Amino acid sequence: MQIYVCAKHVPDTAANIKVVGENGFDDAGCKFIANPYDEYAVEQAVQLVEKNGGEVVVVTVGKAAAAATIRAAMAMGAHRGILVTIANQFLDSQTTARALAAAIQQDGKPDIIFTGKGAVDSEGFQTLYRLAAAMELPVVNEINRLEIADGKATVGHEIGGGAREVLEVALPCVLGTTKGLNEPRYPKFPDIMKAKKKPIKEMTLADLGVSLDGAQSELVKLEKVPERTGAKMLGGDVRQAMEELVRILKEEEKVI
Amino acid sequence: MATIGILIETEDGNVKDTNFGVLTAARSQGDGTIVALMLDGSADGAKAVLEKYGANKVVQVSAAGGDLSTSPDLKARALAAAIDNYSLDALLGMASAQGRDIFARLAASMDLPLASDCMAVDLAAKTVKKSHFSGKTFATVKMSGPVVLCALRPNAIEAVEAPADAAVESFAAPVEDPCLVKVVDVKKEAADTVDLTEAGVIVTGGRPIASADNYKILAECARLLGGTIGASRAAVDAGFAPHAMQVGQTGKTVSPRLYIGCGLSGSVQHFAGMKTSKVIVAFNTDKDAPIFEKCDYGFVGDLFDIVPVLTEVLKEKR
Ligand SMILES: Cc1cc2nc3c(=O)[nH]c(=O)nc-3n(C[C@H](O)[C@H](O)[C@@H](O)COP(=O)(O)OP(=O)(O)OC[C@H]3O[C@@H](n4cnc5c(N)ncnc54)[C@H](O)[C@@H]3O)c2cc1C
Ligand SMILES: Cc1cc2nc3c(=O)[nH]c(=O)nc-3n(C[C@H](O)[C@H](O)[C@H](O)COP(=O)(O)OP(=O)(O)OC[C@H]3O[C@@H](n4cnc5c(N)ncnc54)[C@H](O)[C@@H]3O)c2cc1C
Repeated sequence: MQIYVCAKHVPDTAANIKVVGENGFDDAGCKFIANPYDEYAVEQAVQLVEKNGGEVVVVTVGKAAAAATIRAAMAMGAHRGILVTIANQFLDSQTTARALAAAIQQDGKPDIIFTGKGAVDSEGFQTLYRLAAAMELPVVNEINRLEIADGKATVGHEIGGGAREVLEVALPCVLGTTKGLNEPRYPKFPDIMKAKKKPIKEMTLADLGVSLDGAQSELVKLEKVPERTGAKMLGGDVRQAMEELVRILKEEEKVI
Repeated sequence: MATIGILIETEDGNVKDTNFGVLTAARSQGDGTIVALMLDGSADGAKAVLEKYGANKVVQVSAAGGDLSTSPDLKARALAAAIDNYSLDALLGMASAQGRDIFARLAASMDLPLASDCMAVDLAAKTVKKSHFSGKTFATVKMSGPVVLCALRPNAIEAVEAPADAAVESFAAPVEDPCLVKVVDVKKEAADTVDLTEAGVIVTGGRPIASADNYKILAECARLLGGTIGASRAAVDAGFAPHAMQVGQTGKTVSPRLYIGCGLSGSVQHFAGMKTSKVIVAFNTDKDAPIFEKCDYGFVGDLFDIVPVLTEVLKEKR
């Protein structure tokens, strides 16, 4: 199987984000990781190729430093990488998807393209749908069950309210993965060393014929979410405290 | 004057309460016509509640070329046709699991910009406010397409009644199913549970809850508050709760009116999923627990002593 995995290089969710200017952040001063949801995508791709043979190619759009995310995926078992380098800190989902589509189409014929369910930094929840539309492929997101047989994938996902949906989709297709699908492996030291020797192809948006003019969304402002400054602590014994709490929630906060 | 479409979500045929905040968001954009689009449920049945929150038209959308319930792509195509038919300037909806999916399909197929999981929207300026970097920053994003697509975080905007008179009509979209993805089964696992992402009140138990059974203590309290229960990742990983109950960066993002955390330390990753709650209350045995720095009301003590008393007080004060 020829499997592509789209993985985004994102700031560590525990990292402190320092806003710079109107709409930027200090990316040099913050630790980056592979988008956590994309790790389920890498794991699934590697497992399928371990079972059926084939190749896993990781595709990333980002600054040069994003190569680290490709290396991390390689340590988990991916074979090759493609890095589409950009100069901007943020790129809109439409352009990102066009770049991913062009890079994949130029490289080979996918049986499956895995992505994460969403990027934890910009939380756009849409790149995989745009990628699928650009390549005229079916797409399902947030899958936590997958079976492949007879050129067809049967996938499961939660649709809220305690309900699950099972869907059928023909290969090739784009699948967005989430927690529950598998347990991403921790690479061992020899795998990390081996990953350093695996090939990464680098290219620019211009090389792929993707222009920035199609962008329809633009980040105009970034600001820190105001933090709460500490709780009002309730006193007295449990009974007194709970009576006071219920009174506050009813009369002052009006939330119950 | 703008014409704003709202994608209405139903559950078991009933309009979910979380739609009303979306209607309020649309109403607050100034004078305009609000068209409520229904892909399921019944427009006749929904008319009364939707006009209470300001809908001017309630449209039952169907597709000439197939069954909407089995094809998410057909839903997206039918919505695209409705946007055209009613000359909508914007389509608003909810960023629930289903809402996010349908909006993303629609945006991709029409090549329109989409903002998902927004906290606020300003249609005149074509900007939205959304959380970014797992709840650490707010981003203002400007969208420049001909139609604005925006899925709002459930409960982000408080519903306010704004009675109007709504006309009911039906629209059969002239679209075919691309037959790319087919829904073959829908399984309802837990009946009559309030969906976590849409709940108005959530009572969450962390690692010290110690067993699946102990969640019953929280469930009773949550039931009295008209809400539901949640879990931290530590509790999920320990096998006390299913992943569907997990709140946080790798779980659900929620924004209830009231969030009660019982035995939560206050991790960044947990807060990424519930920080935008209106009021946060915490119970913890450790007076120095980090959660007390990040919540609105706190009480130091054992959750197994506290929650039953809270439940009792709620019963008495009903
Ligand atoms: C604050 C902010 C808000 C934004 N909001 C919007 C918006 O509302 N609408 C919009 O069109 N754009 C928006 N953008 C731009 C856009 O979201 C991202 O910049 C773009 O990188 C795609 O990420 P995403 O969040 O859309 O990814 P998602 O759609 O959330 O990501 C889904 C999956 O796609 C893959 N993927 C995403 N990006 C990459 C990448 N660079 N390389 C490899 N794989 C990738 C990953 O597998 C990921 O798990 C926003 C940007 C910012 C900074
Ligand atoms: C990439 C990544 C993603 C993550 N995603 C998530 C996520 O989505 N959701 C999430 O929740 N976590 C997530 N985590 C884990 C997170 O960092 C914390 O480990 C986790 O939230 C801790 O759960 P907790 O607060 O229940 O447990 P603990 O941190 O163990 O805290 C328990 C607290 O309860 C108090 N306590 C003990 N006994 C009692 C009692 N009887 N009564 C009252 N209080 C008591 C203790 O003083 C302590 O403060 C993630 C971590 C990483 C690295």
